[in-house]
Amino acid sequence: MLKLKIRMSKYYLNYLDELESEAIYVLREVWAQFENPVILFSGGKDSIVVTHLAKKAFYPAKIPFALMHVDTGHNFPETIKFRDDLIESLGVQLIVGSVQESIDQGRVAEEKGKSATRNALQITTLLDAIETNKVDCAIGGGRRDEEKARAKERFFSHRDDFGQWDPKNQRPELWNLFNGKQFEGEHFRAFPISNWTEMDIWNYINRENIEIPSLYFAHEREVVRRSGSWIPYSEFLQLEENEEVLTKKIRFRTLGDITITGGIESDADTVEKIAQEVSAMRQTERGNRSDDKRSETAMEDRKRQGYF
Amino acid sequence: MRIAYCLKPKIMQIDNNQLLRFTTAGSVDDGKSTLIGRLLYDSKSIFEDQLEAIETTSKKKGHQGVDLALFTDGLRDEREQGITIDVAYRYFTTPKRKFIIADTPGHIQYTRNMITGASTANAAIILVDARHGVIEQTKRHAFIASLLQIPHIIVCINKMDLVDFREEDYNKIIAQFEEFSSKLLVRDVRFIPISALLGDNVVKRSENMNWYQGSPLLDTLETMHISSDINKVDGRFPVQTVLRPQSEEHRDYRGYAGRISSGIFRKGDEITVMPSGFTSKIKSIDTFEEELDEAYAPMSVSITLEDDIDISRGDMIVRTKNKPESSQDLEVMLCWLNNESAKPRTKYVVRHTSNEQMAMIKEVIYKIDINTLSRKNDDKELHMNDISKVKIRTTKPLMYDSYRENRMTGSLILIDPATNQTVAAGMIV
Repeated sequence: MLKLKIRMSKYYLNYLDELESEAIYVLREVWAQFENPVILFSGGKDSIVVTHLAKKAFYPAKIPFALMHVDTGHNFPETIKFRDDLIESLGVQLIVGSVQESIDQGRVAEEKGKSATRNALQITTLLDAIETNKVDCAIGGGRRDEEKARAKERFFSHRDDFGQWDPKNQRPELWNLFNGKQFEGEHFRAFPISNWTEMDIWNYINRENIEIPSLYFAHEREVVRRSGSWIPYSEFLQLEENEEVLTKKIRFRTLGDITITGGIESDADTVEKIAQEVSAMRQTERGNRSDDKRSETAMEDRKRQGYF
Repeated sequence: MRIAYCLKPKIMQIDNNQLLRFTTAGSVDDGKSTLIGRLLYDSKSIFEDQLEAIETTSKKKGHQGVDLALFTDGLRDEREQGITIDVAYRYFTTPKRKFIIADTPGHIQYTRNMITGASTANAAIILVDARHGVIEQTKRHAFIASLLQIPHIIVCINKMDLVDFREEDYNKIIAQFEEFSSKLLVRDVRFIPISALLGDNVVKRSENMNWYQGSPLLDTLETMHISSDINKVDGRFPVQTVLRPQSEEHRDYRGYAGRISSGIFRKGDEITVMPSGFTSKIKSIDTFEEELDEAYAPMSVSITLEDDIDISRGDMIVRTKNKPESSQDLEVMLCWLNNESAKPRTKYVVRHTSNEQMAMIKEVIYKIDINTLSRKNDDKELHMNDISKVKIRTTKPLMYDSYRENRMTGSLILIDPATNQTVAAGMIV
């Protein structure tokens, strides 16, 4: 596969180079405007792309900020291994916020019932980790094409001293002039890949030859059919009476908690095949995420509280 | 009507595809949401689960068939009130280009959001209802497009089906538009008769308007020449940050990181650093992949110089033979963005390129009534959504070009240090 980067004939960039240049600009702007930024790293493709872009933005220097992972305890083991390998190769610091610790400390209570997840609990852990580490800007891999509440996000998005997002009172963002000014206790979220779509991400991963967790590729896995998705079988999953564990060849389109991330049946085992498959997809990527199916404004509500 | 599911376009040939950003301004009634829904739907950018969700909502609301306008539904308050409050960004791609739509509300109360969406756009779509012709809102949108110097304006005369696709009606509206737009600074204006509801001349050529010889909207967006939208003449490189790796391998490296605002820089170019005035030559232009012989806007690069001079964030590297203006006194077209009105003799933070300093509004020269485009000389107070021409004085000289020449080095924002809010956006005259 040809990985060579070919620019457009003369004096203009192709759309992927322009998106890359924009993201690098945002990352450098974060570094210049904040004291202690971190990259929120989930192990998913979007945060991997952001990390890759950060590597480019500061080369030949190292990435000048830490990676922060909010660990729900309900991880795919593959994600954790991938995270640790990446941290080692980049030589950057890792900060882990643990949902289990938040539960043990009584900061949050575990949800009950069949569809219980730790998804919403992450908000408290994330905000605690931001506060205790004195983080003034958390860089995320959120994209505006993902969801209708995300479509209104700024590149620099203000959070008040409760970590909350007020979508109706956002700072106007014009040209490439970002305002990261804040008072004590507030913080910012920055979204360098705001303007990328799922397809752009895959085209970029393909072009740049970026390493991604094996979970994105088709593989055999024990799964359970639930709400139209293949949910991976794990120790955290409570089986219903009529549910059975099957072995299927699947891959994941997004990576969240092991309890809420549905897989799709697929034979795509290379990035190129995944990109082909995604281009023919008829469902949005978050369609397999039970966290977004809870209500029409599930994402907006969580974002207001301080979610990623 | 039940719409059959479609497949998305094939994987893109990325080597030759450019990115085009356009803005659509309009209100609930002029069919803006329907037009966006139509573009997304006919370009096969809508997913099955999105379509299902909208079919359900359409049924719930008692609409006949699928209401394409629902694709642009946003936050809870917006859905409840049936309005767009904030700029929403939407994306679609065709085999020829990637598009970013800044979907902005058209009401006068949301001028600040229209300006926000317009600030980065290559093109503006202005919708005119074929039954009503050019109205105040049309003039307002055209004025904002010209104020923000959006390079291309496409006037879509919508709802042609409701005037029986008559050419005379279309021509009459063109004449109306041209009459008042002759007073504006717009370079490239095109007119397209469409029906967003039925799809005429949006993606597919209309069979009802054979008298129209031009291209449908999507084809126009796909083929319009946008490479010249960025200034490629004046070399301007605002320094964002300095890269100083602490490693053995790159011990002496000192790179100035930034995104080229305009123009082209080449290895060996003679440059001047503003405001210090020190001169040097470009030693290398670096990216992660490779060292480049030349780089141009809007590339993000790191530049090293032959000489060791003191440069930091806020400085600008320019070509010695082509320098920007430098002054502490500026005339600026200012749009007030904040609920709290401008306070006279108050110090604001001015942010211009990567540079930041304090500034004061010395004088309001005139305010513009954006519905009549007339000047108001007696009313000097700046409230939210007001557009005015003002004199600003900065604490140190600002290195700038006029906004008309250069959108990147001619634009600025004001921040109120008491609230940290972005309170105004300015275009340097």
